[in-house]
Parts: sequence; structure tokens; C-alpha cells
Amino acid sequence: MDTGEGKFHLVKYRTYILIWMGLVILTGITVSLAGMNLRHLSVFIPLLIAALKSGLVLGYFMHLKFERGLLFKLMIPIVLTILTIFIGLTFSDVAFR
Amino acid sequence: METHKDYTSSKIGMWLFLLSEILLFGGLFILYAAYRYKNPVDFHHAAEELNRILGTLNTLVLITSSLTMALSLSSLQKGDRKLSILFLMSTIFLGVLFLVIKSFEWTSKIHHDIYPNSPRLLGRYKGEVLFYGLYYAMTGLHGLHVLVGVIVLSVMMVLMIRGKINTDRFAPLENSGLYWHLVDIIWIFLFPLFYLIT
Repeated sequence: MDTGEGKFHLVKYRTYILIWMGLVILTGITVSLAGMNLRHLSVFIPLLIAALKSGLVLGYFMHLKFERGLLFKLMIPIVLTILTIFIGLTFSDVAFR
Repeated sequence: METHKDYTSSKIGMWLFLLSEILLFGGLFILYAAYRYKNPVDFHHAAEELNRILGTLNTLVLITSSLTMALSLSSLQKGDRKLSILFLMSTIFLGVLFLVIKSFEWTSKIHHDIYPNSPRLLGRYKGEVLFYGLYYAMTGLHGLHVLVGVIVLSVMMVLMIRGKINTDRFAPLENSGLYWHLVDIIWIFLFPLFYLIT
């Protein structure tokens, strides 16, 4: 669509409601898994589900999936990569000291 | 005087700010990871004492507030200002509800004499002291962000009622929404770290 703000992507109400349902279902899964003993996966699986949920929020609610332009496509992955390296290196320093 | 407004760069500016917020919380997440690694048993015992029902309830409240925020922007873009204000009001209401639930949680912990530097907490294992320190610092900083979000969204609502934000000019609402969704994402990570992983 094209208005005073220039071109933008209009997202359907239905898409948002489906994403919300996905988030609620993932919350249900992660809460019910918490009661079980997953041993060494007990940290990994909840964090994986949290990453999936934030992917849905970033992609749809925050419109990253619909953004056009190189800056958007580069800026966010670069910062997230830096953060991952930052956390990874610090953690391995603590773990293998 | 003519003012020039650039929709895309205002959004990029907002994203830069959000990325700096991610780095701010990222530092605290590293601290959590390192202390958890050093004190796995104490963290396990401390995490079991948190109220999982209230935590889950708050997660649902915040996810739903993100939905109403997204719907508020969409309905404004479609030209339905009244519906948009209604969705924005629901978002603000859910944000306040989150803070009320959070304050109940904190109050009950403080009633049990568990707060930073309380004699009862200091008498416990070192890892549990660290866990509660991180719990208060991280959920506190997050709660502060929710409070700021509620204030920003209230300002947006006033601007919308006055017609300063409308179908032709919605960038401020969109950028405030981006902030609100980021606060939601941070909670999506805080919730399993403090309430679920025991």
C-alpha cells in the first residue's frame, strides 16, 4: 500500500491471530515439558522453543519478514551474530578455565 | 518551515536502539549462564520456589498484548482509527496487568523474607543468593521496560485521539510497537530461564 509514509506491507488480521495461536501453543508445550525430566536437554529444549517464539514475533509482529532493503537484512543478523560470539566465548571461558 | 520525515530511516533508528537493548540484556544473560554453570544445584532449588502459574499467566498476558499491538497498527493502516485506539487501549491494559501480576509475585517473595540482602536469603547457599539477585535484577529491569512501554503507548494514544497520528502518519505508533514487541521477546527468554528450567 502507498500512503503518506510511503510503501509498506499490510498484514492480514488473520495472519496475526494465527501467529498468536502459535505462540500460545508453544508456551503450552514448553510449560508442560518443564514437569518432565529431560536430563541434559532440559536447558536446550526450552531455549530452542523460546528462540522459535521470538522468531515468530520478530518475523511477523515486528514485520522483519516483510522488510525490504539491504540494511534491514544485514544489520540485525550482524548484531545477533556478535551477541552469539560474545556469549559463546565468555561461556567457554567460564566452562574450560 | 517544511519538515522532512523519512519513514524507513526512522524505523532503522528504532532498530538500532532495540539492538543496543538486546546487548544490554545480553550481558545479564551471560551472567546468568556463567553463574548457573558454576552453581547448578543451588539454581535448581531456587528456581523450584518461583510461582510457575503466575509466570505462565504473565507470558500469556504479554503475548496477547503483542497481538493487540500488531492489530492496532494494522487497523490504523487500514484506516479504522477507532478500532486502532481500542486495540491500543487493550495493549496498555494488558501491560498494566502484567505489572500488577509481577508485583503480587514480588510482594509474596518479599513477605517470605526473600529479597536482595535479606538475612534469610544470606543464610542460604551462595548459588541461591546469586539466583535471586539475578531474578530481581533481570525481572526488575524488564518490568521497568514494561512501565516505560506503557507510558510511551499512552502518549501514542493521546496523539491518536488528537489526530496527530493517523493513517497517513503512523511511524511513531509503529516504532513504539517495535519497542513493545522487543520487551515481549525479552520476557519470552526470561520466562523459561527463571521459571521452567529447574
